[in-house]
Amino acid sequence: MLTGLLLAAGSAGRGLIDLDLTSLPLVGEMLAEHPTIAWPLLMLAIGCGVVIGYITVFSLLAVYAERKISAFMQSRLGPMEVGPYGLLQTAADGLKLLAKEDIIPRDADKLLYIIGPIFVFTGVWLSFVVLPYGPDLIVADLNVGLLFLAAVASIEVVGVLMAGWASNNKWALFGTMRMITQLVSYEIPIGLSFVAVVAISGSLSMQEITLDQQGWFWNWYLFRNPFLFVGFFLYFIASLAETKRAPFDLPEAESELVAGFHTEYTGMRFSLFFLAEYAAMYVVSATAAVLFLGGWCTGFAFIDSWMMESAGFQRVLANVVGLTSITIKAWFLVAVMMWLRWTLPRIRLDQVMYVCLKVLLPFSFGVLVFSTLWELVTDGTLFGDWWPLFQFLISIGGFGLLMMNFMAKERPYDIEADFRPLRHSEVHAAPDAGARG
Amino acid sequence: MIEAGADIRTEEFLLNMGPQHPATHGVLRLVVRTDGELVLDCECHIGYLHRCFEKCAEGNPYTSVIPYTDRMDYLAAMCNNQSFSLAVEKLAKIEVTDRARWMRMATVELQRIASHLMAVGTYGLDVGAITAFLHCFRERERILDLFEEMSGQRLNYSYIVPGGVLYDWPDDMPKKIENFCDQMEVRIREYNDLLSGNGIFIKRTADIGVLPADVAIAWGCTGPVLRGSGIKRDLRKDRPYEFYDQVEFDVPVGRGLHGTLGDCWDRYWVRVQEMSESIKIIRQSISKYSTSTGKYLTTPANKQLRPPKGEAVYHTTENPRGELGYYVVSDGEPIPYRVKARAPSFCNVAVLPEISRGTMVADLVAILGSLDIVLGEIDR
Repeated sequence: MLTGLLLAAGSAGRGLIDLDLTSLPLVGEMLAEHPTIAWPLLMLAIGCGVVIGYITVFSLLAVYAERKISAFMQSRLGPMEVGPYGLLQTAADGLKLLAKEDIIPRDADKLLYIIGPIFVFTGVWLSFVVLPYGPDLIVADLNVGLLFLAAVASIEVVGVLMAGWASNNKWALFGTMRMITQLVSYEIPIGLSFVAVVAISGSLSMQEITLDQQGWFWNWYLFRNPFLFVGFFLYFIASLAETKRAPFDLPEAESELVAGFHTEYTGMRFSLFFLAEYAAMYVVSATAAVLFLGGWCTGFAFIDSWMMESAGFQRVLANVVGLTSITIKAWFLVAVMMWLRWTLPRIRLDQVMYVCLKVLLPFSFGVLVFSTLWELVTDGTLFGDWWPLFQFLISIGGFGLLMMNFMAKERPYDIEADFRPLRHSEVHAAPDAGARG
Repeated sequence: MIEAGADIRTEEFLLNMGPQHPATHGVLRLVVRTDGELVLDCECHIGYLHRCFEKCAEGNPYTSVIPYTDRMDYLAAMCNNQSFSLAVEKLAKIEVTDRARWMRMATVELQRIASHLMAVGTYGLDVGAITAFLHCFRERERILDLFEEMSGQRLNYSYIVPGGVLYDWPDDMPKKIENFCDQMEVRIREYNDLLSGNGIFIKRTADIGVLPADVAIAWGCTGPVLRGSGIKRDLRKDRPYEFYDQVEFDVPVGRGLHGTLGDCWDRYWVRVQEMSESIKIIRQSISKYSTSTGKYLTTPANKQLRPPKGEAVYHTTENPRGELGYYVVSDGEPIPYRVKARAPSFCNVAVLPEISRGTMVADLVAILGSLDIVLGEIDR
């Protein structure tokens, strides 16, 4: 919420900025003399600052959340020493990384080694430009927003290749090899999911995609039709691979490759990779929220219509509400990513490729084709105004049937008598070992 | 298998895995010849942890060798103590009371559970499941607490000595061990939920690193590695020592439940089942301990032992990792003339190149984890 308020205050209304900045001595003169150049430059500078601040603060909170979530899953406490409940632990770690010696291996390709992490970070950083946070909260509402997002995400591949190759380390090379294979392959299902959404929204602009999902939550693209419902999960799985989160974390598989492509990096250069990883988690989650979960729309028709109609101070408030809405959605998805990471083992490279090429790819194609067909046949209003609600029920019902089918199947580990799943009551019935004392 | 087109030039890649590598469980060094992700060949280089155990043993009194055995298989120090003590007892013809024997059996089986918990947990870590590892450590910690109460140590106990055990148990120890067993039974099913039945875990381990029974025998594999290949050989049953012939337990063997017989999952599963069997043994030992009488130690721990000249004894026990044998020769002096250890991990790790050819790098880690080696024992 803190970040939300900062962001809202930073770029809520152009009018506010107008009042303040023109009265400043140097900036005011520049704005008056070269309005066509100075204004975009100023907005760019503010946008950059806000986004970097947002990424940093998000990463700090996300790393803390990840540590706490993992700790609770593993019956530990997690960070508790630095600050209340260890809240300042990540800040302390950040300081440590800043103060660490910056080592460039002797045999490394210096230039590539240095610009590698910058490329990786830039790719993710640019993605924030087109993410909408509210009716007016967007750095640049490009009409090719989604395409831009897909394009800048690919910059990361180049940076990783530079970093891994320039490190002159066999483990780094291994990690890079895996990373490139994975990232390039998973861009296809992600791109197809994008196309499936764009086919319905009719626009690549992130704001227009969001506005198309206004009203009650059954208007969200997630519930638009049963195929897009599946499409969301396909996108989510593919985005796990795209951000190299478990079970697709094999590019930096600790037990296999030491640390993957950033084995040789220390200090601030390493923390750039680290920041980029967490920022990428937010980007893919926020993108999923925009594409399938209504973005900054709240899912309640009356709030959404108020947000669009409000003006003045209410407009600022509307932006804050929008920001809160998308932040909650994105954080939920980020939390699911963390949950998965601390639950699942890692899959092998050939299995990663199998999942991509033989499962996600055909299914994504299916989603694109059938979701488009569905739209053509139903024309969006088969049963009048209540059609979106029907579609919602159909989507949920279809998913429910699918789940029931899965549940009914005998689970593979029922083969042994003592293999039956643990009941909650049984865990608590067992007496405590009373180990200490 | 990956096939490159005729116009693409591929190169083999010599990868040096270890001695400082998270997956080599210590300081094992593997030189791996790879083609992309494919392992063409691998070679184990050992000896980074060599501490001249056998030579040290020739310069110390019999009872002073016990702490050296702690450091052999440091994850199962009790079992090492027991094995050496049994050999010395046989050599010097030392009597051990029934009560001490039941105490030893309970501690050794607790140690087996602790060791298998470590094996199962780190195996999860090897294939990327971090949470199961910490859950396993939670229970292992409880065992270490029990051991701390018995012996004052948490890792290198030197608790089982020729003639019995070093210290008597506190009065509430049987109760505490019973409590632990009650909880452990539930926890094993929790591990099954977390790891054994996990689809990705099965995908990563089934049909990987298949060790056929004849290869396992030819390479001298023992313990869960051998039993994972479907061979029912357990020294506790086949050549009972202590009172293992008086307790009831099963010897779990691999059955190829998720793939081929003798794959990584089978070896893993044997370990999980052995934990349940150990609990059975502990329960029986505890109940027998409560009714038995006698001193916990018949020979003072600092007494100089002088076995008859020319006597030699080879005694093997079933360690968590396989058959641990000590060959002890006496020349009538208070220090052994020769001590030779047969370390199970040493033989088990030798089979690694044999079963890892043609797999992928990630599989190599999974296979190494399933062999469950301890470098302290390999390098001695």
